Amino acid sequence: MNVQLYVWQRLTAAVMAPLVLLHIAVIFYATRQDLTAADILSRTRGSIAWASYYGLFVAAVSIHAAIGVRNILAEWSPLKNRRADLTGAVFGLALAVLGCRAIAAVVLP
Amino acid sequence: MVHRVSGLGLAIFLPLHFLALGLAIHDGAGLDSFLRWSDQPLVKLAEGGLVFLLTVHLLGGLRVLVIENFDWRDGQKQLATVAAAVSAIVAFIFLVRVF
Amino acid sequence: MSDTLSELSVSVWRGVAEGRYETYTVPQRASQTVLDVVTFVQRHIDPTLSYRFACRVGVCGSCAMTVNGKPRWTCRTHVVKVAGGGRLEIGPLQNLPVIKDLTTDMEVFFEKWQAAKGVFAPSKTRHDPIAPIRPDTPARMAADAGIECINCGVCYAGCDTVRWNSEYLGPAALTRAWTLVNDERDGGNTARLQAISASGGCHACHSHQSCQELCPQTLNPTASIAGLKRRTAAAYLKGEITA
Repeated sequence: MNVQLYVWQRLTAAVMAPLVLLHIAVIFYATRQDLTAADILSRTRGSIAWASYYGLFVAAVSIHAAIGVRNILAEWSPLKNRRADLTGAVFGLALAVLGCRAIAAVVLP
Repeated sequence: MVHRVSGLGLAIFLPLHFLALGLAIHDGAGLDSFLRWSDQPLVKLAEGGLVFLLTVHLLGGLRVLVIENFDWRDGQKQLATVAAAVSAIVAFIFLVRVF
Repeated sequence: MSDTLSELSVSVWRGVAEGRYETYTVPQRASQTVLDVVTFVQRHIDPTLSYRFACRVGVCGSCAMTVNGKPRWTCRTHVVKVAGGGRLEIGPLQNLPVIKDLTTDMEVFFEKWQAAKGVFAPSKTRHDPIAPIRPDTPARMAADAGIECINCGVCYAGCDTVRWNSEYLGPAALTRAWTLVNDERDGGNTARLQAISASGGCHACHSHQSCQELCPQTLNPTASIAGLKRRTAAAYLKGEITA
């Protein structure tokens, strides 16, 4: 890990701390209220607020998890440096794509 | 180590999470049947585990951010244990509410 | 003068990278240290045992070995504190190549010291007046907190990240870099911050704190490295160094 990856990882971590707290609260609420798909979607469809919140979350987690996975590969697997970087980047990209698709699924009317 | 393993666990879970949410494309029927599937006790137990992973990773991360950016305080190891305990409590409360 | 209390069963690493633990029976004595045990084996049982020591009073750091899985100064480790059930396991320091038995090759440790630019870069000449350094400025106190390192290698041997990442410079080299970063007489900071910001630099540290727990000089490399992380991040964001 170098200074650039470090800064991005710590920054996205700090950004996500409040987002995760809110997410845990949402999980508790949704499961307590036993929300159905229709209940959930009626709240998220067309909501700029939810789109922004989850948009930021997906962006941050894609970067954060990619760097984390890269570090694990570099330290615990035979893949080193360049190859670990590449694998991490591909994973991050996959998360970003799937995440945006998920947001589109629940937010687009 | 807990921090790293919980992060890895979450990283593996996340694509599945996104795919499940993607079931809401169109009119949510796919999502509904998924939600019904997830009503099973084993799934609820796994969800409790995920809540634990998320909370412990969050608290571990906060600990790292504090160590690296604020003045040194003794007792960091104890903080880590407290973080794990709090996460376990949170996950337990979750389980109680969904069962 | 020497009270023989009982006998110890001591497993000692013999060999190089390949080898095995050999067991010796050593009489236990009052106030005995692990170094006393190793010395007994070499003098009375097997003269071919190789090990290092110098001062034997806890100021030089030469006698560092792995005792029951933990890197320690053997001259400062009392047998009664570690020999549970009369058994001891003694091996060479981990994370370093073994020369023979209990001696390790510390060359890579010192190469990383150089790579971290743990070397003073003068900014004045002998013709300039001596710089008055106050001992109570925050920078000087930060430097003083890390300056007592005697390169024993215990932190390096105990570090998970050193074990997992062969490029990682290690807690000792980075602590020395930190003391120099805080030395207002030093003129080489940009190069130093650049050197420790590459892959294997201070950012590889996971803050496990094994170094801080194990350091026989009670230094805190985790805190020093945290300081380096802050300085390098700030320098990077200001464009003074590059990734």
